[in-house]
Amino acid sequence: MVVKTLTGNYAVAYAVKLARVQVVSAYPITPQTTIVEKLSEMIEKGEMNARMIRVESEHSALAAVFGAASAGARAFTATASHGLLYMHEVVWWAAGARVPLVMAVVARAIGPPWNIHVDHQDIFDQRDSGWIIAFAQENQEVLDLTLQAFRISEDPRVYLPMMVGLEGFILSHTMAPVDIPDQELVDSWLPPRRQPYVISPDTMYSMGNIAPDEDHYMMRYSMAAAMEAAKQVIDEVDKEYGEVFGRSYGGLIECYKCDGAEYYVVITGSWAGDAKKAVDSLREKGVPVGLVRVRFIRPWPRERLLEALSGAKGVIVFDRAVSMGSVGPLFADVAQTLYPLGISMKGVIAGLTGVDVKPGVFEEAIAGFIKEAEEGPVFVPSEWLLPRKYRGKYPSIPREVIAR
Amino acid sequence: MTAEAYPVLEEPKTFFLAPLSKPAPGSAGKTGTWRTHKPVVNLEKCTGCLLCWLYCPENTVIKLENGKVAIDYEYCKGCGICATSCPFDAIEMVPEV
Amino acid sequence: MTVNLKKLPDHKYVMPGNAACPGCPETMGMRYLKMAYGDNFVMVIPAGCSSVIQGIWPKNGINAPVLNIVFAAAASAASGMKAAFDMLGKKDVQVVVWAGDGGTGDIGFQALSGAAERDEDIVYICVDNEAYMNTGIQRSSLTPYGAWTTTTWTGKKEHKKNIPLIMIAHGAKYVATATVGYPTDFIEKLQRAAKIRGFKYIHLLAPCPVGWRFDPAKTGEIGQLAVKTGLFPLFEYAEGKFQLSPLSRRYKDPAKRVPITEYLKLQGRFRHLLNKPEEIKKIEEYIDSVWYMIDVLEKAFNPQAEAQKLLRTL
Repeated sequence: MVVKTLTGNYAVAYAVKLARVQVVSAYPITPQTTIVEKLSEMIEKGEMNARMIRVESEHSALAAVFGAASAGARAFTATASHGLLYMHEVVWWAAGARVPLVMAVVARAIGPPWNIHVDHQDIFDQRDSGWIIAFAQENQEVLDLTLQAFRISEDPRVYLPMMVGLEGFILSHTMAPVDIPDQELVDSWLPPRRQPYVISPDTMYSMGNIAPDEDHYMMRYSMAAAMEAAKQVIDEVDKEYGEVFGRSYGGLIECYKCDGAEYYVVITGSWAGDAKKAVDSLREKGVPVGLVRVRFIRPWPRERLLEALSGAKGVIVFDRAVSMGSVGPLFADVAQTLYPLGISMKGVIAGLTGVDVKPGVFEEAIAGFIKEAEEGPVFVPSEWLLPRKYRGKYPSIPREVIAR
Repeated sequence: MTAEAYPVLEEPKTFFLAPLSKPAPGSAGKTGTWRTHKPVVNLEKCTGCLLCWLYCPENTVIKLENGKVAIDYEYCKGCGICATSCPFDAIEMVPEV
Repeated sequence: MTVNLKKLPDHKYVMPGNAACPGCPETMGMRYLKMAYGDNFVMVIPAGCSSVIQGIWPKNGINAPVLNIVFAAAASAASGMKAAFDMLGKKDVQVVVWAGDGGTGDIGFQALSGAAERDEDIVYICVDNEAYMNTGIQRSSLTPYGAWTTTTWTGKKEHKKNIPLIMIAHGAKYVATATVGYPTDFIEKLQRAAKIRGFKYIHLLAPCPVGWRFDPAKTGEIGQLAVKTGLFPLFEYAEGKFQLSPLSRRYKDPAKRVPITEYLKLQGRFRHLLNKPEEIKKIEEYIDSVWYMIDVLEKAFNPQAEAQKLLRTL
């Protein structure tokens, strides 16, 4: 084991090398670019035995690694923002083909206007595609999650591709000390690539010709079954990883200061770090609040959330993405999960397009929600938390308050 | 695991149905029913040049052991390319009844 | 290298009972592909007729492993497969892209250009039926001048995009034209391509009875007429050397060419211009321009030619 000070992007690259990925393909896009720059360097210097396909677009990048994975190679790509949107069609194709594959997504806002800063809109746009989708909070977790991604994706109970999300610049370009495990230890923990089939003259399998509608339906059903099974696999893999490498993160969700909490924050991604500071501060003031960080947005950790939040009086969800014309995607899932509890809930849309949300802003929003909820049941599906310079200057979008 | 290591093909452990297919005749059914005309080989005229076998888009011209050809009527779609390509007029397209 | 029909085993080169239309040039071409490459190749097929021809899961009408892929990504997926086979020590597996004219010259063009420039060691076959046949005969950039399609009711106003020339300009290692009208020529080209490392492109003219509006018995004959009229010269460009294929050499002489009307009149898609001499003349002028380009290529790409420089001006 060696500790190096790495950016989140380099942490991804080191994990990919440790996983002995055989084919890499990517197209540069800020803030993902340094991942493939590092991988190119490792491959050209002979530190990593892999083929690098320097494609002409993201659409081709994912198609190339999908082709490689279909033929039997462990394969990896990375992208962000518009690159991910450009891939979107291949994202679905890869999931439907049930080919294990890992992709890092360095979350970034979507234009116009051009904007290279973080939000979660790009990765949430892939939500329904059939990929396992996870979000890291810190650079060390980025490395660990990327390694775990190969285990999860290639597990015979799963056989679905997986995205590892990390926030643009906040993680991708910020240095932090990262433990890099020894290759031998990774080799002993990560088994040879497993997959359900290969497209090769040895097998004569073909993938993707027309199927009757009923059978296609059952193929979707089988993906849903794999997603359900993945929940257990994810928790198992994280636990086992902890036993071998000394670090685990709680699997599908991480509970932070949940003991004795009555109100909860639900959040995903690295801005959870700032939200945790707000929780710390409120706890110091005697407010009984905890935080649940959703590490996997797909499969959705319904059971784990219900268990963690069963005693909650109210839950506030922070979304760094929005489904235009509706609510934040994280809130939508939390709300459908907690429906049976009949507790107070609020969805906050904040931090879009790279707008910084400081711990104090979190604290204010959380405290405000708790105050409202203490007065009586409250259900606010989406409240836009405007950037400071606009606050109070624009009429708020009429918010839906349903008192019960 | 070393690079150059083959993947392990392991059976999925959950209900699994993927869009995987294998070569088989009749992937569009008994396509012989599509025919309006059927090719009939005149074995006396047939010289075994195999041009019909080469040009047939369907792989429904069969090589016989005697060097001549026969038609697989189960699947032949009746396009008539075999008849057109025969330099000896040994194949006639006859209306299906 | 010649193809001996009697020695080729009576193998299922495509599976009978597939979903191709009667008289389909694509299944003809797939048979020749398998005659050339035996059992050691995989196909990458983007959206198009060939995705449908395979028929209904869990059967497949193509007797080869096929990776179906989204429309714009065939050359990229093939690049990935080739990289994987290399990494897995299976370097002898041929990776073949089988794409239509839309998948090649239009929606798939960017990926094709990328793969050609990277000199990926794959065989890319454009099965050119000169329109989007699978969606119902809409014009593509490879539809020829004057042809009726369901999006060019009065005939297309532009000429066909010249993909083989564009591939030569990419520095592809091997570029050839072929037609299902001359199977052995196609098979021999496939075999020669297989021996070359790097990017190989074969443009296969595939007359489509449904879209071109002709009797399905005439698929091969129309492919031959495209060559005999001089409209579609067969050639081969291999590692810097250009040569006309023997079947096309005589048609360098315009006097030996079959009149273009013999080709046009068999096809319903040209019916509306048969009695318009000025339109026929435009097509004849196009043929002249095609042969002018052949002349240029012959001069530029032969071992003697100092005119190799011409490559840079293309």
